[in-house]
Amino acid sequence: MTFQELLQRLAAEFDSEILLDAHPAARDPWIEVAPAHVETVARFLKTDPSLRFDSLCDLTGVDYFEPDPKLAAKFPFEPHLEVVYHLQSIQFKHRLTMKAKLPRWKEGIEGQLPEIPTVSNVWAIADWHEREAFDLVGIHFTGHPNLVRILCVEDWVGHPLRKDYAFPLEYHGVRGR
Amino acid sequence: MTVAAQDPRVIEFDVRTDEMLVNMGPQHPSTHGVLRLLLRTDGEVVHEVTPHIGYLHRCAEKIGENLAGPQWIPYTDRMDYLAAMNMNLGAALAFEKLIGMQVPEKAMVVRVIVSELSRIASHLVAMGTYGLDLGSFSPFLYAFREREIILDLFEEVCGARLTCSYFTIGGATHDIPRMIQIPDGLAALTGIKPGTPMSWLETTSLLMDWIEKRIEEYHILLTHNAIFIQRTAGLGILSAEMAIDYGCTGPVLRGSGVDFDLRRDGEPIYTRMYDGYDYHVVVAPFTGMKKIPPEARIGDNWSRFFVRMVEVLESIHLVRQGLERYATAAGEHRVPYKMNAKLPVDEAYLETEAPRGQMGFYIVGDGQTEPLRVRAKSSCFCNLSVTGPLCEGVLIADVPAIVGSLDIVMGEIDR
Repeated sequence: MTFQELLQRLAAEFDSEILLDAHPAARDPWIEVAPAHVETVARFLKTDPSLRFDSLCDLTGVDYFEPDPKLAAKFPFEPHLEVVYHLQSIQFKHRLTMKAKLPRWKEGIEGQLPEIPTVSNVWAIADWHEREAFDLVGIHFTGHPNLVRILCVEDWVGHPLRKDYAFPLEYHGVRGR
Repeated sequence: MTVAAQDPRVIEFDVRTDEMLVNMGPQHPSTHGVLRLLLRTDGEVVHEVTPHIGYLHRCAEKIGENLAGPQWIPYTDRMDYLAAMNMNLGAALAFEKLIGMQVPEKAMVVRVIVSELSRIASHLVAMGTYGLDLGSFSPFLYAFREREIILDLFEEVCGARLTCSYFTIGGATHDIPRMIQIPDGLAALTGIKPGTPMSWLETTSLLMDWIEKRIEEYHILLTHNAIFIQRTAGLGILSAEMAIDYGCTGPVLRGSGVDFDLRRDGEPIYTRMYDGYDYHVVVAPFTGMKKIPPEARIGDNWSRFFVRMVEVLESIHLVRQGLERYATAAGEHRVPYKMNAKLPVDEAYLETEAPRGQMGFYIVGDGQTEPLRVRAKSSCFCNLSVTGPLCEGVLIADVPAIVGSLDIVMGEIDR
């Protein structure tokens, strides 16, 4: 299925409140979905007989931010977080990238993680991928059955893949640098 | 009613065994690295398995944000260190996709030959260590004997045996050498005088002939061994739906009967490497193959193991075709890529078929030399996530058999 056909199928199902944007000319054509409706769209993409995106290749977060004020002027993106879903259909062998844009902090308060509904009840593998995105990028997946750190230790402070992450000077008496 | 304590049966039913939490790992030999499995057991039966990972987390993604593409390639070696070549290939291709670079035909032939050799080496280790998990030591030694010669060949090609960093953005760092001395291991096996000068291509061809014959012996030694079949066949059955749902890829997915291989079904930038090569995707239930034990089921431990064994033969076939093509392949082994070249403001995601499954690299550029974000999606990470549901209700002794059949490498899971 081409991306245009796929887009028509989605546009027939969801209005522009949910399906915010589409980029058919991009290197990996992608759609942007309203964060609150990610689970609905994900379930449709997985179950629709003509789409069948049964396999979630990757789920990750990207922090679009430049902490250095000198470089920030030339930074080509608005500061925000993106949750990126790379989907693939085993049956039809087609691919799709789905994105949801989030603020860097919930309601602009530093330290409050932005929230997005979990898709772990759509694809089982999302459980671990979301734990990793929570651990490293700092995204709160609401409704996740077990949202705890997966790669860092439980008492680790901060989310290392945030651009403004400050490296700890020590951890339990072990010097960091 | 008073119970007569003399009657042993009564006591057996009266005493209740409480559930016990058992830590398997992080330093357990059969966990293939530093993996900690927390088992909730009732006697010998496992009720729940919780994998705890992260002991080998080296922040490869964070480091990648501060390095140019070619500088990050050595960090991908340390992910799946048993198939470093395939990791390099995945990362290099993802960068090439982002830049929009096309590599010459010769570079593609070199990539096919060397990455398939790496696949053979990796599957040999998978076979050997799986035998080791199940208590048979000798296949491990034989597997390492052959792998050693492949590593010798890698050493001739790029100077390193394990952390090769051979494929880079634009092709490979070096061309294949013309004349080498026959590796001592191969000389000892074939009876050729040590130190005999030979071309690299000829040596590889000789090694392929040797390994192909040995695979038959490994089948006798391990695959069709009655004890091995009892430990693996019909155990740890992973259905195709569950495998897809848990994101399992590679031999694990194909062992569950799903016909999917990125070398055939992937994106054009990757599949064009394999254009015109004759090979088959190995899928359970292995129709047309001889001597499949009647106890084996689609998606069990034995099927996952057998997929790898047959894939070795397919890879040998691919290497031979690559060796034939090399002589006439056009172009250079690489096109130059400047270390300080700026990445476009764009992003690319590419998955390649590594020995352990679909390894994905996601790269976001922001106009600087260093990417804004690099992400390595690990195949073993997804394959390991199925351990919990797969190990429910099995015996403790079967947990290593199931985890071993998934063939995980912790370096890749923790990155």
